[in-house]
Amino acid sequence: MDIVYTIWLRNVKRYLRSKSRLVGSLGMPLFLLLVLGFGLNSVVVLPGMDQGYIGFIMPGIISMSVLFTSVFAGIQIIWDKQFGFLKETLVAPVSRLEIMLGQTVGGATTAVIQGLIILVLSLFLGLELSNASGFIIAVLFMLLIGLSFTAFGIAIASRMEDMHGFQLIMNFVIFPIFGLSGALFPIDGLPEWIRSLTLLDPLTYGVEGIRYGLLGSSQIDPSISFMILSGFTMIMVVVGSYLFRNISI
Amino acid sequence: MYAITVKDLVKKFGDFTAVDNLSFNIKRGEVFGLLGPNGAGKTTTISMLSTMLKPTSGKASVNGFDIRTNQDEVRKSIGIVFQDQSLDEELTAYENMDFHGRLYRIPKSIRQKKIMELMKLVELDDKKDNLVKIYSGGMRRRLEIARGLLHEPEVLFLDEPTLGLDPQTRNHLWDYIEALNKEKGITIILTTHYMDEADKLCHRIGIVDRGKIIAMDTAENLKNDIGGDVITIVSSEREELYSAIRSLSEIKSVEIHDSSITIGLQNAEKHVAQIVNTASEKAITIESLFIHKPTLEDVFLHFTGRTIREEEASAKDKMRMMRKVRRR
Ligand SMILES: Nc1ncnc2c1ncn2[C@@H]1O[C@H](COP(=O)(O)OP(=O)(O)O)[C@@H](O)[C@H]1O
Ligand SMILES: [Mg+2]
Repeated sequence: MDIVYTIWLRNVKRYLRSKSRLVGSLGMPLFLLLVLGFGLNSVVVLPGMDQGYIGFIMPGIISMSVLFTSVFAGIQIIWDKQFGFLKETLVAPVSRLEIMLGQTVGGATTAVIQGLIILVLSLFLGLELSNASGFIIAVLFMLLIGLSFTAFGIAIASRMEDMHGFQLIMNFVIFPIFGLSGALFPIDGLPEWIRSLTLLDPLTYGVEGIRYGLLGSSQIDPSISFMILSGFTMIMVVVGSYLFRNISI
Repeated sequence: MYAITVKDLVKKFGDFTAVDNLSFNIKRGEVFGLLGPNGAGKTTTISMLSTMLKPTSGKASVNGFDIRTNQDEVRKSIGIVFQDQSLDEELTAYENMDFHGRLYRIPKSIRQKKIMELMKLVELDDKKDNLVKIYSGGMRRRLEIARGLLHEPEVLFLDEPTLGLDPQTRNHLWDYIEALNKEKGITIILTTHYMDEADKLCHRIGIVDRGKIIAMDTAENLKNDIGGDVITIVSSEREELYSAIRSLSEIKSVEIHDSSITIGLQNAEKHVAQIVNTASEKAITIESLFIHKPTLEDVFLHFTGRTIREEEASAKDKMRMMRKVRRR
């Protein structure tokens, strides 16, 4: 446990220290909230949504923030590889599983902080929290997204030599995961083939879970969302640990 | 008992053999140096001994523990300063030390005390809260050495500890390394391609070339092996010179190289006139001549027919060529 804590501590320290990166990564989600939210608020009318379209996409934008931050935190391993720091960790008498778990928990923590910042900003933009337990549910789902996608980032980083492949992963994996997740549109009205793609996307269940927590209603039953996302998290942690164990420097 | 034993160690990358049947033993408390040009296989050897790389074949043990079957114990026994920097630049020096101490499970009270002690030793205690980002190369190296010592290892690996540092900082680091070995009795294995570094620091030196150890002894003995003094003669008529002087009885060895001839003999000052006379009798032009006590450079030349510097140059050429190819 103390090793996991050590690695966690380093990740959180680095995150809190790089203020410019922290602020910079708020730009995109805030931009989307304002442009899409206010831009489409009057055009898009969703039945049963009293908080309007902007209220509808707030959980989606929070998920996006958590998703990007966590994938990035996982991929950070490549930088550690290139700047040599990974060797310092790998040559110590600790198991690779501990290192991987520390990195995962650390990445998830920073991702949840990032999500919470967007959540607080959303409150200023008119989001009304239904109740305290809803808030806790939302944070729980953020944590699951954070854990699973940091592990996903670590899995990818364990297989990549340098950052060249990063753009590829962003464009062909991460953006589609976000785009298909129902963060920006309701799942129910979709044509069948897109709908099934959406239901295959693990992030969908994160978005829906957070939506349930914050707005009090969702299109997918929150307990189903929870089970599927937990399962996905476990699979990712196992895959990430396996690939990280065989990382070469 | 030995601190390190290596037997027939081999590492292949594809069909390229980077480390070729290496065998050597290092005694406890010894400072052992692997001296050789870039690409000789020094880092690869260190990587295997520190469990970072799996050997293709062969056996090795560190502090009595097998590097294949007892990795964890090996890792507890060693401290290592890698050839390339391995600090977290976004953390302070103290935080880097603290991270290390926690990884090696040193209890908090001891950890804090030891960190301060070591930061003092490497004279960084007043800069301990600066981010490593703003540290100079020499300061980083000192910090890495301090970090490698934090968990009190039995064996310390130093891979090119003074690479790229200015002469003053190098001298400073050498003093630390000597003191460490003398005062704490730590076994040190270091790699270098600097002759003077190996000469000054190491009790014994293994000269490595193309993955093989071609000679291993104290610096003193290695130099004596090539026979007293060395006369180097630069000339374009090397073959003629060679056959002219070969039969002189005082000469122990003569070797022809790319642009020069080296002669090994005792009391070179006494016999140099005779050699020059012989050359002028045969009308052989001598471009330049110098006499010196043998250095490890001469030893390397003696065993490989090349100088370490030639090796370095050709390695650089290769890199430049690769870059050109890439740019195209
Ligand atoms: N991971 C690797 N894959 C392929 N070749 C390698 C690898 N690591 C080292 N080599 C090659 O092995 C040789 C020895 O390298 P190295 O041990 O770094 O030499 P040194 O430390 O003595 O300069 C070099 O020719 C190098 O190119
Ligand atoms: Mg090297």
